[in-house]
Amino acid sequence: MDISFSAEELEFRDQVRDFFKQAPVSEVTALIAQPDTYKEGTIRWQKHLFAQGWVAPTWPVEYGGAGWTPTQMHIFETERVAADAPDVLPFGLKMVGPVIYAYGNEQQKQRFLPRILAADDWWCQGYSEPGAGSDLASLKTRADLDGDHYVVNGSKTWTTGAHHADWIFCLVRTSNEGRPQQGISFLLIDMKSPGVTVRPIPTINGAHSLNEVFFDNVRVPAENRIGDENKGWTYAKSLLAHERTVIARVADSKRRLEKLRQHALKETEGGHVMAQDPIFRSRFSEIEAELMALEYTGLRVLAAQASGQGPGAESSLLKIKGTEVQQAIHELAIDLAGLYGGIINDSLTSGDIGHEFGDQARKDYMYGRAATIYGGSNEIQKNITAKHVLGL
Amino acid sequence: MHFNLSEEQAMLQASTARFIDQQYPFEVRQNDVMLPEGFNQDTWAKFAELGWLSVPISEAGGGFGGNAADTMVLMEELGKGLVASPYIATVMLFGSLIDLGAPEALKQSLLEPLIAGQLQGAFAYQERQSRYNLADIKTAATRKGENYVLNGEKTLVMNGAAADQLVVAARTSGEQFDTTGISLFVIDANAPSIHKTPYRLMDGQRVANIRFDNLSVAASQLMGEEGNGYSLIKNVVNSTILALSAEALGIMNRLTETTQEYTKARKQFGAPISSFQVLQHRMVDMFMACEQTRSLLYRAVCSSETTDADRSLHALKYMIGRNGRMIGNEAIQLHGGMGITDELDVGHYVKRLMVINTLFGDADHHQQQLARISLPA
Repeated sequence: MDISFSAEELEFRDQVRDFFKQAPVSEVTALIAQPDTYKEGTIRWQKHLFAQGWVAPTWPVEYGGAGWTPTQMHIFETERVAADAPDVLPFGLKMVGPVIYAYGNEQQKQRFLPRILAADDWWCQGYSEPGAGSDLASLKTRADLDGDHYVVNGSKTWTTGAHHADWIFCLVRTSNEGRPQQGISFLLIDMKSPGVTVRPIPTINGAHSLNEVFFDNVRVPAENRIGDENKGWTYAKSLLAHERTVIARVADSKRRLEKLRQHALKETEGGHVMAQDPIFRSRFSEIEAELMALEYTGLRVLAAQASGQGPGAESSLLKIKGTEVQQAIHELAIDLAGLYGGIINDSLTSGDIGHEFGDQARKDYMYGRAATIYGGSNEIQKNITAKHVLGL
Repeated sequence: MHFNLSEEQAMLQASTARFIDQQYPFEVRQNDVMLPEGFNQDTWAKFAELGWLSVPISEAGGGFGGNAADTMVLMEELGKGLVASPYIATVMLFGSLIDLGAPEALKQSLLEPLIAGQLQGAFAYQERQSRYNLADIKTAATRKGENYVLNGEKTLVMNGAAADQLVVAARTSGEQFDTTGISLFVIDANAPSIHKTPYRLMDGQRVANIRFDNLSVAASQLMGEEGNGYSLIKNVVNSTILALSAEALGIMNRLTETTQEYTKARKQFGAPISSFQVLQHRMVDMFMACEQTRSLLYRAVCSSETTDADRSLHALKYMIGRNGRMIGNEAIQLHGGMGITDELDVGHYVKRLMVINTLFGDADHHQQQLARISLPA
């Protein structure tokens, strides 16, 4: 066993550190933090990475990727979090892009991939429906072939960023024969198509990121279908199996825990800092131990990837444990904020009232409840683990 | 021995439940919290008509003379309906403080309009640094001849923006954390040397930071003996913790119920998700948490005049926090994506539960207080 980086990897790390030092991180972060400039900030950041050639590190070089090893990806994400720099929007770069280059035709690759890389197209994901959440395969949005167009009818929900989006990639039903999974196609739809309506879904963190998208006789060119008809579920599953780097979340959780530790050195009661409070200490160290373990579970998965092996059985716990740790940190943070975690961003922030982090603690907690629900709920993850890993 | 409600309590429970069922659906509640004061004066007037504002006020004070059980009954129903009102601030805190500690000359002139729904009150105790320590007070009331001069800032004063009158806890002597040297004053909330900064909490209520800038206070505004205010504060806070716990229990029950209803209606993989064993067990956990919390609430109510009072209250508030969080988290999780929406009532019930957890000591705080009693240093 050996956890040290090679000389080349260390050199790479220094390169990455330097990049983040030079990058306009605080300006971009400030833009992203405000709803009105969120889109502008996100695009600006992605274009900055694009200029460096680092916007799609895991894509094959032939499609504009940086051709990095999994270890380099890990190093990059660790440094990104340490620099408090934002992540890229995943829908184009990490979801539909890989599906297009793996299963799309030349025309589609040329049309869509460069615009994804350059942040010229903003993508959103049309998967979940009101009646198809965990049971995604039961989706009902129809795409009926009419000449050289599909006519799409139905609706998608929980669509992050649909209100900003230029394009949506959708799983649609093109057949009712056989099992539900066997009648699904993967279709790319222009959000400006007549018949597409977006309705905002405000969430419990007081923000607007989710939407419902309605399709009313939307005509979509058949050439926007990726791969074969009725093979969409296979393409989508490959995407889900596409190693999403959870290592970034470990780095993110480490950073949040450290910030929490610093806040605990300043929050007082009865003249004593909360860092000395026995229950705070107990809760903090419980999270710390779990996170230390998770970090190495992530490295075990990374090492297997780096040596060309498939992810081992332990990779199944990354999402489950990762999100539980995230939520535990949010809970401890909002408890540390005490009464100040309840202040909402009306016209004044908790900062205006005289408390530094209460506002953010509350927003993180409220939206953080979704972490165990999205991306395959933790209940579903456990079912998958029980069935496919433990063979139960 | 029994845990039945008296006839009067049963009537109070029924009439409160009926009011909410017929006149206070969730949409009405949501509209009310968006009003400038975070509640609806018309709704408050109805409370007054129904006699609710008099429940914990003594008969001598012109009230119903209700005990902890009476308040419990009312508050649990208000919790179930997620009623947005300044009941805690105006009646439980301000009203009880005046009832138990104000100079006689002031009592009637304040309690009568309060019970009639025409006076809003608030208790200003919290300070930026105090967290859950009620004795941590820097706001100073300095003796100046026959009067006092008040200087300092109170934070998160519940109903602080709407209050006509305040009870303020200030230090007349002693060090920052001393329980002796704390005095209570009745203060006109609209006096010129008072600066209010209003804002909202996540449960929709309006609170305010209130700064006192060399505010002159007459000796006649002092409540009780100078420097001896702490025991009255503790007394009233303890009763308020009971009331808040009853409200929280109403919320927890509602969340547990609504989660069962949702999972029975929601079908995935060809079956209602309530049929999945894992979810059934978790809903049983929610149910057990509610029942255990109810038992502790009854214990605290029954023992409020005994030597078991403090221990029971700490255990109760601890349980409200721990179980409240578990139930809130589970309710959201089992509602799936719907639980994250602002439109569904679940998130709003959870937010009120979260605010209650931070009032007068959270779960961790009361767990330590309990340990201090059972495992003294």
